[in-house]
Amino acid sequence: MTGGQIIFLLVTLFTLGSGFMVVTTRNLVHAALWLVSTLFGVAVTYALLNATFLAVVQVVVYIGAIAILFIFAVMLTRKDMRDQGPQMNPNWWLGALLSVMVFVGLFLLLQGWSGLSTTAADLPVGFDSISELGNALVSPDAYVLPFEVASVLLVAALVGAVYVAFNRK
Amino acid sequence: MSFWNDPLKVAADWLMGIFTGWGMPEIAAQILIGFLGVLILISLLMLLDIFLVWVERKVVSRFQDRIGPNRVGPFGLIQPFADIIKLIIKEDITPGGADKVVYNIAPMLSMMSVLILWAVVPLAPRIIGVDLNIGALYIIAAGAIGTLSIIMAGWSSNNKFALIGAFRQVAVMVSFEIPMLTMLLIPTIFAGSMGLNAITEKQDIWFVFLAPLGALIFLIAAIAELGRAPFDMAEGESELVAGYNTEYSGMKFGMFYAGELLHAFTFGGFWSILFFGGYRFLGLEQVNAFLAIAVIIFKAFIGYWIIMWIKYTLMRIRIDHMLGFNWKFLTPLSFTLLMVVALMNALLQGTPTWLYASSMFLSNLVLGWIALELARSYSRKEREKVEGPKPVAEAAHH
Repeated sequence: MTGGQIIFLLVTLFTLGSGFMVVTTRNLVHAALWLVSTLFGVAVTYALLNATFLAVVQVVVYIGAIAILFIFAVMLTRKDMRDQGPQMNPNWWLGALLSVMVFVGLFLLLQGWSGLSTTAADLPVGFDSISELGNALVSPDAYVLPFEVASVLLVAALVGAVYVAFNRK
Repeated sequence: MSFWNDPLKVAADWLMGIFTGWGMPEIAAQILIGFLGVLILISLLMLLDIFLVWVERKVVSRFQDRIGPNRVGPFGLIQPFADIIKLIIKEDITPGGADKVVYNIAPMLSMMSVLILWAVVPLAPRIIGVDLNIGALYIIAAGAIGTLSIIMAGWSSNNKFALIGAFRQVAVMVSFEIPMLTMLLIPTIFAGSMGLNAITEKQDIWFVFLAPLGALIFLIAAIAELGRAPFDMAEGESELVAGYNTEYSGMKFGMFYAGELLHAFTFGGFWSILFFGGYRFLGLEQVNAFLAIAVIIFKAFIGYWIIMWIKYTLMRIRIDHMLGFNWKFLTPLSFTLLMVVALMNALLQGTPTWLYASSMFLSNLVLGWIALELARSYSRKEREKVEGPKPVAEAAHH
C-alpha cells in the first residue's frame, strides 16, 4: 500500500465517521458541526485529487456559507436543541435495503469498469487547471450554457428571497 | 543557486543530505523536512505574536496620550512575557452548562485559522509555503474557519452575551466577505493569476496606483473581517461584556487575543502583497532573500499600524448602520468597480503602460467620487425627512 492510499483511507474513514455522527447525534448543533467536519473531509479528498480549486471552493461555499447558515438557523429555532423522540421511523428497513442495494450495484458496476484500475496520467508541467476551467465555463463549445442557466437560477432565487422578505408599506 | 538567494532550498538540501546519510528513506526525509519547515515558520510567527502584544499596547498608549508598559525590561519589552506567565497560571474556568468539547476546540480553531493563512504568504521570491494558483481564494477559505470558531465559542459558552456577540460577529463576517472577495479579484485581473507570488511579481507598478479605490475597500472589509473598531460591536464592552470570548479565561482567552493580533498583522501583510508590491522594493528582493523578508515584514507592520490607527481613532458603529453600509454602499460599489476595472483592462490591453496606469487610476477616482456624491445626496434626503428642511438663515450662513 502506498502512502497516498493510506492517506486516502484515513480521510475517507474520517469523512464517513463524521457523516455517521451527523445522523446519529441527538444534539442539533453537534450534528451541524459534524457536518462541517464531513464537508472538510470531502475538501481534503478534492485536494488529494489535485483539484485545489474545488477543495477551496468546497470550504468557502459549504463550510463558510451553508454550514454557518445551518448553525444560525438551528440556534434561532428552539431553546432546547436536544431531540427526544425516536431516531428511526418504521421505514428504516426499507432505507437500509435501498442503500445496501445501491452500494452493491455501484460496486458491481465499477468492478467491470476498466478506468478503476488504471492510474490517471500525471498533469503536464505548468498545466494551469484553473485557467482551463475558467475558459471552459465561458467558451461556447464547452459549458457556457449550463453556467449561464445556473446563474439565472441563482438570480431567480435572489429575486424570490427579496420578494418574500420585502415589507410592503 | 547561492544561500542568499534561495536559503530554503539550500537548507532543505543540506538537511536531506544529513537525513539520508542516517539511512532514512528519501520520502520520509522529505516529509520530516516539510514538518520542520512548518514548525519553524509557526514558531517564528508565535514569537512575533508575543512581540505584537507589546507593539499594540505601546501604540495604543501613544494614541491615547499615555506611556504604556514601561516597567518590565527596557521600554517594557518583557511585559508580554509577564502577561503570558499570568495567563498560564490563571485558573482555567469552564462555565457550568458549557459544551466542553466545542468550548475547548474553539480557541484552537481561532488560532489555526490565522496560522494557516501563512501557508500562502510569499515572504521572498522563493520563500513561500505553497504557491497555490488560487491563493486569493484560500484567504477567504481560511476566514470561513475563523467564522466557525467564533460561532462555536459563542454557542458553547452557555452565555447570552457570548451568543449575541457571536451572532453579530458572524453577521458582519459573512456580509463583509463579499466586498473583500470582490476586491481580491482586482489584483487577480491585473496579474492574470490568483497566486500571491504571481500577483507580487506582476507589480512593476504597485496595484494601489492602478486601483486606489480597490485598496481602500479591501482595507475596510479586512478591518470588518478582523472585528476591530470601528466594526467591533461583536465585543461591544459597554453592552456585551466582551462578546463571544466572555467566558474564556487564562490561556484560552490568550489564544483568542493573540489570534486577533496576528490576524491584524497578517491582513496588513495581505494588503501589502495585493496592493503594495509585497516583498518588492527598488529591486532589493533580487539582492538577498532576507532583505525581501525584511521588506515584506516592514510593509506588513505599516499596514498593521494603519489598522491600529483606525481602531484607536474611530468610535464603534451601530450594527444596523454597519450592515447597511456594507449591503447598500460597499457591495454595489465593489461590484461596479470590479466591472469597470475588468472592462478597462480588456479595452486597454496592449496600450503603453503610462496610458493604462493613468486611465485605471482616473477611473477609480471618478468612480469613488460618484459613489460619495450619491451617498451624500441620499443622506441629505434622509436627513431632511427626519429633521425637515434646514433653516434658510443657517444655510445662507454657510
